[in-house]
Amino acid sequence: MTEAGREAPSPALPAHPRRDAVLPVRQRRVGWFPRHSILPGFGLSLGITLLVLSIIVLLPLAAMMGDATSLGWSGFTKLLASPRVQGAFRVSLVCSLLAAVTSAIFGLLIAWVLVRTRFPGRRLADAMVDLPFALPTAVAGIALSTLYAPNGWLGALLAPLGIHVAYTVAGVYVALTFVGLPFVVRSVQPVLQDLEAEQEEAATTLGANPLQIFRRVLLPAILPSLCSGFAMAFARALGEYGSVIFISSNRPMQSEIVPLLIVNRLEEFDFNGAAAIGTLMLVLSFCVLLGITLLQRLTLSPRHA
Amino acid sequence: MPAHVAIQGVSRRFGDYTALHDVTLEIAPGELVAVLGPSGSGKTTLLRIVAGLEMPDRGQVLINGEDNVMRPPRERGVGFVFQHFALFRHMTVFENIAFGLRVRPRAERPSRADINKRVKELLDLVQLSWLEKRYPAELSGGQRQRVALARALAIEPRLLLLDEPFGALDAKVRKELGQWLRELHHGVAVTGVLVTHDQEEALELSDRIVLMSQGRVEQVGTPNEVYTRPRNPFVFEFLGETSHIPCRLLAGALATAGGAQTAQNGVAAAVADGESTLFVRPHDLGLRADPSGPATIRHITPSGPWARVEFLLEGRSLYAALPLDSIAGSGLTPGGTAMPLPRRGVLFADGRGTMDEPLHWAVS
Repeated sequence: MTEAGREAPSPALPAHPRRDAVLPVRQRRVGWFPRHSILPGFGLSLGITLLVLSIIVLLPLAAMMGDATSLGWSGFTKLLASPRVQGAFRVSLVCSLLAAVTSAIFGLLIAWVLVRTRFPGRRLADAMVDLPFALPTAVAGIALSTLYAPNGWLGALLAPLGIHVAYTVAGVYVALTFVGLPFVVRSVQPVLQDLEAEQEEAATTLGANPLQIFRRVLLPAILPSLCSGFAMAFARALGEYGSVIFISSNRPMQSEIVPLLIVNRLEEFDFNGAAAIGTLMLVLSFCVLLGITLLQRLTLSPRHA
Repeated sequence: MPAHVAIQGVSRRFGDYTALHDVTLEIAPGELVAVLGPSGSGKTTLLRIVAGLEMPDRGQVLINGEDNVMRPPRERGVGFVFQHFALFRHMTVFENIAFGLRVRPRAERPSRADINKRVKELLDLVQLSWLEKRYPAELSGGQRQRVALARALAIEPRLLLLDEPFGALDAKVRKELGQWLRELHHGVAVTGVLVTHDQEEALELSDRIVLMSQGRVEQVGTPNEVYTRPRNPFVFEFLGETSHIPCRLLAGALATAGGAQTAQNGVAAAVADGESTLFVRPHDLGLRADPSGPATIRHITPSGPWARVEFLLEGRSLYAALPLDSIAGSGLTPGGTAMPLPRRGVLFADGRGTMDEPLHWAVS
């Protein structure tokens, strides 16, 4: 057949004579940025974006870090050495991580069910996924602690087994999972929707069992979106305050989270201490999120981006 | 070994919509059968039921004598090629083809070297060896479909099912790939079922054609059989363009509009006297310029070696395909009148209805 021959890569084309004439034009720059002649308003939109971003995001963060520096290096290290601060960081990081992992697993499952199956009430279930976004988190915290209290519906079932959720660190984990779940569902769902069911069907006709289809076909395709959903759920969990203070006993070293510690410092008018803890939290969260983003880059080969 | 397939009394409904109505069909080992029909005729549903991607409400699918209805698709050993390729986007061409071998249970899985060898063979077969490291997004449509074909063949299927495999490709690639598939099918011992809505594709590629309409099988036969001896108006109209010539039957003789054409042959007394319709292919229809003819010519459009002549006959818009060379001296002009001269046609009992044996009519 001649087709293969025709489709073979064509030999390198001779250099286009006009290419030299084009270069100087492309090198024209405005300040640091290459000149974009096709999309108008680049300079204006960049300026507005940076201004708004600075006022709303960067300025408060900078002010917080500035406050923290007034503590001095020795004050900073002393603060970090305090067992209560270390305990709060441990609780916050471990609970957030576990909650984000749980959200990733069940969020993926929910997204798959919502995309691939048809059942009565599916649209309702789909809408309900967003509830944790909309609900004031304090309401969620009160609802969860009522449910899981030793005399609540779920707590009464778990109490005889010796499992106590409300007013323990387990409650922190439950509350953080609650707020993190929709992030995973909403980031995975569109990607799954975009992935034709035919790919799964093709895999099954080729002899793959359900586990192999998940591991070899589904997971590689949705891993980047799962990663970003996980990162968002994790970040949200780290910052969560409202729901946790109601379901947790907030006991130092056991179930006290970092945001609560910050609020405590503020109530004691220790603004610099609060800023220092906040800065540390910011740095830690940034490192974790950066790590996740880098991991995501690795899973996302440029070939099929 | 190619599979023998027997589909027996298969029905499938989706809510109020009957996709398949009691379909029975037999496919011999090694055959390449085209299932042809308009969209919504149930042909894809039938294919998906044979593959196990869809469950029938009733009926059996026997592959080599065994009922497969309850067997999951992964155990059927059936290759499936999708219209939109369904290649795994995150895998290279090589990995796509190797997929079916890599997912085998450990005991049956070929060694790494054997998988390599087999994939290379398949890449040679589909003539894409130089693309093995590419990703599907970097291939043309025709190349993607060849990869999909190689991937389906990697599991050495007994039966290869192709769902509109060329539907997403442009006309030229479709034609080349179709002929290539036909040759490939000769070389590989596999039973093939090809679903298509393109009658030319079905006529050119298949050993047998199954015509479907509204969930029912209308006719089964070789391309020549269904084309020359269509069983009902649907089959005639679906297999090519049709001009409906009003005619009258009188004492076993047929007179087309204008009364100029009469012929005895083929028209038996079996058909009751009266008005009827002769189904004629445009290239079996001649036109003679005639000032008192019943047809009024509207347009003459050259198309390749043919001229498409549109004309009005008793209020109906019809057309004839005449050799382009014959137009010049014929006196046929837009706006002029002419006498239609059908050379060959088919007469169905009541003009639209079905009868066991339609009448084939030709000028002797």
